[in-house]
Amino acid sequence: MGIIDRPFPLEQLFTKNDEYSTESSTQQSKTEKLVYDLFKVVKEKNSLKTIRLNRIAHIKFATDGLKGLHKHWVVLDANKPWLCYWMLHVLDLLGHDITQELISRGVSTISKLQNATGGFGGGPAQISHAAVTYAAVNTIAILGTKEAYDLIDRESLYKWFMKLKQPDGSFIMHEGGEVDIRGAYCVLASAALTNLITPELIAGTADWIRRCQAFDGGIGGEPGLEAHGGYAFCGLAAMEILGKTDLLDVPSLFRWASSLQMQLEGGFQGRPNKLVDGCYSFWVGALFPILEIIMTRQQLKKNDAKCKELDEYIAQPLFDREALQEYLLIACQYHKGGLIDKPKRSPDYYHTCYCLSGLSTSQHHVIYDFEKAASLNTEQELNAGDRSLLWSEDETKILVLGDPSNVVNATHPIHNVTIPKAKKMIEYFREKPFSF
Amino acid sequence: MSFENYDWSDVVPIEQDDGPDPLAQIAYDPEYSKAMGYFRALAQKNEHSERALTLTEKIIEHNPAHYTIWHYRQQILFSLNKDLYEELDFIRNQVEQNPKNYQLWHHRQVIVEKLKDCSLESSFTEEVLNDDSKNYHAWTYRQWVIRTFNLWDNELSFVEKLLEKDIRNNSAWNQRYFAIFYNPTKPSEEFLEQEVQYGITKIKLAPNNISPWNYVKGVIAKSKLKIDVLEELCKTLYQQGIISPHALGCLVDIYEDRAKCGSINEKELGIQTCILLAEQHDTIRQKYWNYRKHVLTSIA
Repeated sequence: MGIIDRPFPLEQLFTKNDEYSTESSTQQSKTEKLVYDLFKVVKEKNSLKTIRLNRIAHIKFATDGLKGLHKHWVVLDANKPWLCYWMLHVLDLLGHDITQELISRGVSTISKLQNATGGFGGGPAQISHAAVTYAAVNTIAILGTKEAYDLIDRESLYKWFMKLKQPDGSFIMHEGGEVDIRGAYCVLASAALTNLITPELIAGTADWIRRCQAFDGGIGGEPGLEAHGGYAFCGLAAMEILGKTDLLDVPSLFRWASSLQMQLEGGFQGRPNKLVDGCYSFWVGALFPILEIIMTRQQLKKNDAKCKELDEYIAQPLFDREALQEYLLIACQYHKGGLIDKPKRSPDYYHTCYCLSGLSTSQHHVIYDFEKAASLNTEQELNAGDRSLLWSEDETKILVLGDPSNVVNATHPIHNVTIPKAKKMIEYFREKPFSF
Repeated sequence: MSFENYDWSDVVPIEQDDGPDPLAQIAYDPEYSKAMGYFRALAQKNEHSERALTLTEKIIEHNPAHYTIWHYRQQILFSLNKDLYEELDFIRNQVEQNPKNYQLWHHRQVIVEKLKDCSLESSFTEEVLNDDSKNYHAWTYRQWVIRTFNLWDNELSFVEKLLEKDIRNNSAWNQRYFAIFYNPTKPSEEFLEQEVQYGITKIKLAPNNISPWNYVKGVIAKSKLKIDVLEELCKTLYQQGIISPHALGCLVDIYEDRAKCGSINEKELGIQTCILLAEQHDTIRQKYWNYRKHVLTSIA
């Protein structure tokens, strides 16, 4: 649908404050004005079709970062794997060659972060952390060689995952660390890629995640907490890995997720009555392919044959793809390279990664092979890794706004690495037995 | 005393081993490199001392998110039996500068858990929320304090204050739900009906504000009431010429409910309202409203 080419004026899309301003509505109006000014220019120049993703500048932003960082990045010194993942994923999405040199450097860098007691830390001699480990495993997926895969000590990794596991099914982030739903996602996603999912690892986790679903349909960081886009992604993706999405109230999650797309800006907010942010393009945007699959799966269980209505109303991207791309391309590109939260902000590697991941999610229709799933099911219980393998791109529904060269590679909605790389890693570790 | 003033002559700093030509290497400030060199040496022999404590403070100054250092700091504080109330002050100062840092909030939780004293926590979180009424870490921590120390009694009035300041504060609405439904004392049906009325009053202040709509529906779902208790509100708003997609969406819910009970008229009204939303009043969510239309259409 989009926002700019609509047959009515942009001004109509300003949020109504019902003649009752509060801090929330004031902030929202300010943000809308910033985005409106940028959209207006495109509308008046009629330049939507020629909008360009500045690939060269963004590639340079990422490659410069990989070369080395200024001392003020010390605030991310406990996050080296995240920096590697954000930068390499950006290059991978943009189709930039991950050279042998980068791969060697990557393998060497990540190997220094693994602890003998299992898992990866944010820097050498730092204790292992669940989110950092997720980033390290994803980095290894992007590096994509046997040498990279083999650096993982799976036995100690599994033992460390089990140390993070709490009696109520949740996971803490590190020894003596905080519980929240990121822990469940980071552990399960890493375990799915490395063939470490066991009944013992996942016991009780689905029930704990279910308790994190809030009254408005969204998912919060822990039971009782406010529903939030980042935590919702962690919860839903984790439930899909577990194969337990039926424990969630899917219709209300779908409604909540839809409500987060901003009517003027086109991007997503992370919580109701808060501001749009480019990173939610992925955290909230990726909820939709997963919801689509869950709802299609439920529908197929009810009636055997796929029907026309299923494709028309359910088995398709369930958010406004053009609007999201308009926000990202027009309002979230920094002119000197990198992508941003919203206009007037500075670029960073996190936002560059998640804005481009969101762009990917809106361009590509990534689907699940239900037929294959059904045929596999009769032979063995489908495990998480097998399920992650069943996602692929439906090229008939690709949608690229602006210049055709804006297309980026398709990212896996559960793991957020490009689909071939996710699959290659899963297939590699499938051959490795689990016997510890 | 600054970490540099201690005697480090017995310590051989351990250099950081990033391997050859690492990715994304940070050009550290020399002070940070020096401090981290000492840390690696002390950590190796698990030293818990005053100089180690001061060292952690210096490292945190450069990188407040250094979770390994926070963990080490906790161990030292407990080993040395340090004054944990002083530590709470220290954390308070840090939070002022870095209110969205995970490690700081968790550190406070660890300290308060040890102290088993929550007397300062309510006002501490209130202060932070005065600055940023939606700080997720502050709300997370506040819920932990309430659950752990059973401080349920005053929470509704705290929520009231915040809602008075900003009726669109979704975090405050979530806390309202928390204070009532996560409370060990379960609410009466009468109380829930009062809450629905409360929500309706707040909806009327700004019908395009989604938070009270979500709240009221959440309360109704836990009560013996049905969604159609909101029908009068939705229709009144429409008659007053106030277009709120939340009111129209609520009507879709009501019509769908009735359609499921056999009302053909309401099934058609529901479909029409979905079309109105998809094509005129909530076009960004066209896919969602078309889906709802399909659900209605499929009702036998």
